[in-house]
Amino acid sequence: MTLFILCFVLFLVGLYGVLTRKNIIKIFIGLSFMEFSTFLFLVLIGYIEGGIAPIISKNITNPVYVDPLPQAMVLTAIVISLAANAMLLAIAVKIYKKYGTFDIRKISNLKG
Amino acid sequence: MSWLITLFVILPMTAAFLIPVIGKLIKGFQKTITSVVFLFLTVLSLFFLFDGNTEVYSYKIGGWEPVNGVPIAIYFVIDGFTILMLSIINLIGFFSAFYAISYIRRFTAENNFYTLLCLMVGGMNGVVMTGDLFNLFVFLEIAVIASYALVAFGVEKNELEASFKYQVLGGIASLLILFGIGLIYWKTKTLNIADVSDILKYSNDRSFLLFTQIILIAGFGLKGAMIPFHAWLPDAHSSAPSPISAMLSGVLIKAIGIYCIIRLFFNMFIINHEISLVFIILGSLSMVLGVFLAVGQWDIKRLLAYHSISQMGYVIIGVGIGMMILANNGNKSVAALAITGGLFHLINHAVFKSLLFLNAGAIEYKTGTRNLKELGGLFAYMPVTYSTSLGASMAISGIPPFNGFFSKLLIILAAIKGRFYLVAFLAVVVSIITLASFMKFQKFSFFNKSSITEKPKIKEVPFPMCFSMIVLAILCLGLSLLIFPGVRETVLTPVVDILMNTTDYSSTIKDI
Repeated sequence: MTLFILCFVLFLVGLYGVLTRKNIIKIFIGLSFMEFSTFLFLVLIGYIEGGIAPIISKNITNPVYVDPLPQAMVLTAIVISLAANAMLLAIAVKIYKKYGTFDIRKISNLKG
Repeated sequence: MSWLITLFVILPMTAAFLIPVIGKLIKGFQKTITSVVFLFLTVLSLFFLFDGNTEVYSYKIGGWEPVNGVPIAIYFVIDGFTILMLSIINLIGFFSAFYAISYIRRFTAENNFYTLLCLMVGGMNGVVMTGDLFNLFVFLEIAVIASYALVAFGVEKNELEASFKYQVLGGIASLLILFGIGLIYWKTKTLNIADVSDILKYSNDRSFLLFTQIILIAGFGLKGAMIPFHAWLPDAHSSAPSPISAMLSGVLIKAIGIYCIIRLFFNMFIINHEISLVFIILGSLSMVLGVFLAVGQWDIKRLLAYHSISQMGYVIIGVGIGMMILANNGNKSVAALAITGGLFHLINHAVFKSLLFLNAGAIEYKTGTRNLKELGGLFAYMPVTYSTSLGASMAISGIPPFNGFFSKLLIILAAIKGRFYLVAFLAVVVSIITLASFMKFQKFSFFNKSSITEKPKIKEVPFPMCFSMIVLAILCLGLSLLIFPGVRETVLTPVVDILMNTTDYSSTIKDI
């Protein structure tokens, strides 16, 4: 249970970063924190106390395997978030070229 | 027969990967193949829609058969609701791609534009077809990452800022959705929607399920821009190129926001009173605040974007009222009426909002401005744009012969019959304010005299743009036929049945 709480704390740290930082790159880092905490959560739900890698062999009697599906999900999710992060950073570079700053207080043409 | 349904994902993806390679060698390849692919998929989906049987088709990726009745493979499922969404996505996709043939000449990288458009449509087709929760997340990310890039396509200050805002909020939404999917997997140890629904039937962990549902509402609500989560929508939808605005506003927020919410909350979770109350409150808030924010706008596309929020509120209200009546074991015919109204408005909104964005694009294409204060007197110079936008404006504000009137009427009738008098009153008031707002749009863009009309070069837009706008305007009028018995039974009733008999979905899928 401690691990789940720590994982949630990591999520909140990331959310705090996204909400309070004024620098685009720091917002990006906060978003990455949130991503990692979600991935950690997915890995944790597949973990079983005392489990081993799910490879079937005849030598082990009464095996307890960890759940391999969340691990496959995490790998897929990491690849997807790589694409999303690359996109975000590409936009950040373009913003720096146009505005000459990373400060979101100075990047406010639009009023959401 | 069932292998045909994989084409909805395969063809747009293949086109997306062929365009950057072959598009450089052959001139005009990108425009042709995109339009041809979307037209073919539209015909295919309309064939499925009107073939007269309500059979559910499914395709198991990899061919893994179920073991002891437990599904293992990733499923593609086509039932009535899916096929309705597929028809809308591919139809609007085709008209946007055809419109873009002339519009996108102003930008340089045509190949990239069509590649991203194909990826977005392929992703959305996957989202509405998949029967697997994690696969839904994967296709959703394909669609939204393509849309992030398309919003920033102009690479000017405003576009980049809007895209950044959209990406940060969209990223948080994706994480919430992934978190929700993880929670469901933790509880049920399966990802297949039908299987999850079977297991949740016997689950009694109410607080855990409510937590999961709220996380998922926040995630899909951010993607679908309901009112507390709407901040990115007006910026992103108004900064994108106009055919993309039509796709984003007309289709994307429905396919990855509203569709997922309706599918998961009707067919996967057990319907309950609290969640339907949340939907009605969110819907009413979106409907009322969206239209009040829209009235003060002077930028055409921002005005239309705020109206998208408001009109999606109608859809959520219709579906939410139906859900609440079902949860309280109320009158089933009223619930059916409410859900019919909501879904009918979803179709109608896709058509008239895309048409309005295409009109806004046509005005911008010829005059170079989107500011209503600088426009005026265009009705003599751009007759096609004027007449089609008049039709769409009447449809969105609910003037009788057009489709918007009938769907709003159904929702308001259902609200009165279900004794949601406040909601019915708000729906009428919002409809009147919408009318006022669109009268402003018509007056300032087409009738007022202004300096811009003295320039002699303004004339009608080229043929592909005219063609898309005229056909969509005819659809605005023609879709009101869906209200009449005979047509309604083939198109809307199967969908309503799927949503009303909430638990049938899992048994149908597992029997295949």
